Amino acid sequence: MTDAALPHSAVEADAPARRDFGLKRRHAAERRFRLYGIVAIFIGLGFLAILLVSIVSKGYTAFVQTAITVPVEFSADIIDKDNERATNPRVLVSANYPVVARNAVAKALGVSPDDKAAMREVAKFVSDGNRATLRQIVMEDPSVIGTTRDVTLLAAADIDSANKGQIDLAVPQDKRKVSDRQIAWLDQLKAEGAISTPFNWGLLTFGASSRPETSGLGVALAGSLYMMAIVLLCALPIGVAASIYLEEFAKKDRFTDFIEVNINNLAAVPSIVFGLLGLAVFINFFGLPRSAPIVGGLVLTLMTLPTIIIATRAALRSVPPSIRTAALGVGASKMQMVFDHVLPLATPGILTGTIIGLARALGETAPLLLIGMVAFVADAPTSPLSPATALPVQIYMWSNEAERAFVERTSGAIIVLLAFLAIMNIAAILLRRHFERRW
Amino acid sequence: MSLETVATTSAAPVTAPRNAPPKMQGEKVCVFYGAKQALFDVDLKIEQFSVTSLIGPSGCGKSTFLRSLNRMNDTIDGCRVSGKITLDKDDIYDPSIDVVELRARVGMVFQKPNPFPKSIYENVAYGPRIHGIARNKTDMDEIVHSSLRRAGLWNEVKDRLNEPGTGLSGGQQQRLCIARAIATRPEVLLMDEPCSALDPIATAVIEELIDELRENFTIVIVTHSMQQAARVSQKTAFFHLGKLIEEGKTEDIFTNPRNKQTQDYITGRIG
Ligand SMILES: Nc1ncnc2c1ncn2[C@@H]1O[C@H](COP(=O)(O)OP(=O)(O)OP(=O)(O)O)[C@@H](O)[C@H]1O
Ligand SMILES: [Mg+2]
Repeated sequence: MTDAALPHSAVEADAPARRDFGLKRRHAAERRFRLYGIVAIFIGLGFLAILLVSIVSKGYTAFVQTAITVPVEFSADIIDKDNERATNPRVLVSANYPVVARNAVAKALGVSPDDKAAMREVAKFVSDGNRATLRQIVMEDPSVIGTTRDVTLLAAADIDSANKGQIDLAVPQDKRKVSDRQIAWLDQLKAEGAISTPFNWGLLTFGASSRPETSGLGVALAGSLYMMAIVLLCALPIGVAASIYLEEFAKKDRFTDFIEVNINNLAAVPSIVFGLLGLAVFINFFGLPRSAPIVGGLVLTLMTLPTIIIATRAALRSVPPSIRTAALGVGASKMQMVFDHVLPLATPGILTGTIIGLARALGETAPLLLIGMVAFVADAPTSPLSPATALPVQIYMWSNEAERAFVERTSGAIIVLLAFLAIMNIAAILLRRHFERRW
Repeated sequence: MSLETVATTSAAPVTAPRNAPPKMQGEKVCVFYGAKQALFDVDLKIEQFSVTSLIGPSGCGKSTFLRSLNRMNDTIDGCRVSGKITLDKDDIYDPSIDVVELRARVGMVFQKPNPFPKSIYENVAYGPRIHGIARNKTDMDEIVHSSLRRAGLWNEVKDRLNEPGTGLSGGQQQRLCIARAIATRPEVLLMDEPCSALDPIATAVIEELIDELRENFTIVIVTHSMQQAARVSQKTAFFHLGKLIEEGKTEDIFTNPRNKQTQDYITGRIG
C-alpha cells in the first residue's frame, strides 16, 4: 500500500499531468443543446405572437360598437295609430319601431321625412335592430308614448365600420357601402357629440342575426357552457371511477390489457367520428333533439372520456406504492386506501387532465356540425334540450360571412374563445398548485 | 468441532416450553414471486408475548416471510403463498378471513419508512380512526401522544404535530411509522429492520420500546444486527436462501448454534 503510494506522489510532484475528461467537448455539447432549446422556444413564441397579433388586431374593434344618442319621439301615430293599446297590448309588440328610430335620426340630421332618397340612406344609417331597445322602453312604461326622450341607438353595421375607419373612402362612392352623404352625417353627429363607441355587450349577449350589429355570441356561449357542464358532470365521475377500478381493483390480465388498448385507441379517434356516432345513437336511436347542447355535451363526453381516463390512470400510477402498502398495513380497506390516500395525491394530475380535456372539448367543432349545432338560433337556450350553437361553431359560421363587420366579429369571437381557454388553463395551474401545496 | 455434538444432544425444541399455544404458526410456508420461489417449507412458531427475531443474509426471504404473516404479499402482483399460517389457530389464508381485520390485528413497520403525506398527527391518528378505536378527540389526542412518546418521537415533534410527516428526517419517519403501527394496538407487531436508519440513541429507545411492548404484544423483528437480535429477542430464526436453517432460543442460537451455516453467519463469515 505505502509502496504504491510513494511512486505515485513522486510522479505527481514531477509532472502534475491532468487527466483528460473530455470536459471541453462535454461543455460544448451542453452549450449547443441549450442554444437549440432557446431557438426552439423563440420560434414557438414567434408563431404564437403572430397568431395573437393578427387575431387581436383584427378583432379588438368588435368589442366596441358605434352608437347614436338622439332625442327619440315616441310618436303615438306610429306606435299605436288606432289608440287601442289599452284593449290590445299586442300592438305595442308589433309596432313599427324602426320607423321611430329612423325619424329620430332624420330629425337630428335635419332630413325631411318627405325626402325619400335621403330617408333611404337614413334607413341604412341607423340599425333596424333598435326595434328591441325601443320596444322594451315602451313595454316597460307605455306612458312614454307621445313624449320625447334621449335614447342611445345602434348605428348600422356599415356606419359602425366607417366610424372605426375600416371603409376606404378613396374608393368611388358607388363602389362602397357608405355614401358620402352618410359620411357627412357621421361627421356632423360626431361634431354634435351624438356619436359614442361604448363596450359592445351585445357581442356577448345577442343571438344569431342577419345584421352584424345585433348578432352576438350569447347563444353560442350558453350552448358551450351547457355542454361543458354536461361534459364535466358525465366525463369526470365516469372517467375517474373507470380509472380507479382499472388501476387499483382490476386484476392485471388480458382483459384489462384489451381495455387499455381500446381506451388509447378511442383517444386517437378523430372527433368527427364521434359526431357521426352521436348522430346515430343519441339523435336517431334515443330520439334526442337535434342542435341541442345535451347531444353535443354527450358527444363531447365520449370524446373527452379517454383523455380523462388516461390522465387519471397516469396520476394514480404516479402515487408511490409505498403509500398503498402503508395504508393497507394499518388495516385500511382498499376503498379507504384509494379515497383517503391515493386519490388526494392524484387529484392535481386528475384535475389537470380533466381541464385539458375540457379545453379540447370547448374548441371542438366537427362533431357539433354533424349533430346540427350549426344553426341560426336567435334566442338563448332555456335548457340543454333547446337548440343552441357553440363558440367554435359560431366562429365557423361568421367566418363564412362577407361583411366587414362579421370579419371583425369572427376575430372577436376567437378572442373570446381564446380567453376562455386561457382561463381554463390558468385554472388548471392554480388548482394544481393549490392541491400540491397540501403536500 | 463441538457443533455436531451440540446438534445431536439438543434435539428437543429449543424454545422455552410454554403452556400457551403459539400466537402465530407457519407450517410448510412456501412463497413464490411468479415462477421464482423465495421461501421453501418454512415451519416457524411465534410465541405470544415474546420477541422473535429473523436474521439472515440479504435476500434470504426475511421480509418475504414477515409479509406473509399479515398477507401484505397479497398486494404484490404474481406473489403466491402456499402452506398454512395461523393466528390463534385460525388459518389466515382461509377465504373466510378478512384481511382488513387481520392487518388491524397484525401490524407492520416496513423496511423503508413510508409515512403518509399528511400531518404527523394524522399519520398516527389514521389507524385508530378507521378502526374506531378512539371515542372522541381527547381519546385520539391521548393515543397519538402516547404512541409518539413510546416511539421516542414525542419530544422532537410535539410542537409541530400539524406539519407533514414526510418533512421529518429518515430516522424520525421510521419512528413515526412505529408510532403509527402501535397506535392501532395490534396483537402482533411485525417490524422489518426498524432501526436500520436510526442512530444509536434512537435505536436504544426503540429497543426499550420493544422490550416494553412485549408485555402486551407479540413481536417479530427482522434485523441485520446480531447484537440487536441478542438484546431484544427471546427467540431467533436464521434464514438462508429462502430456507429456515435454524430456530431456537436466542441465547442458544448465539452461543451454541447447531448448524454450521448459522455459526458462519453470526460470526460474520457469510452474509
Ligand atoms: N416483489 C418481489 N418480486 C419479485 N421478487 C421478490 C420480490 N420481493 C422479494 N423478492 C425476492 O425474494 C427474495 C427474498 O427477498 P426478501 O425481500 O424477502 O429478502 P430479505 O431477506 O428481506 O432481504 P434484505 O435483508 O435485503 O431486506 C429475494 O431473492 C428477492 O429478490
Ligand atoms: Mg427485507
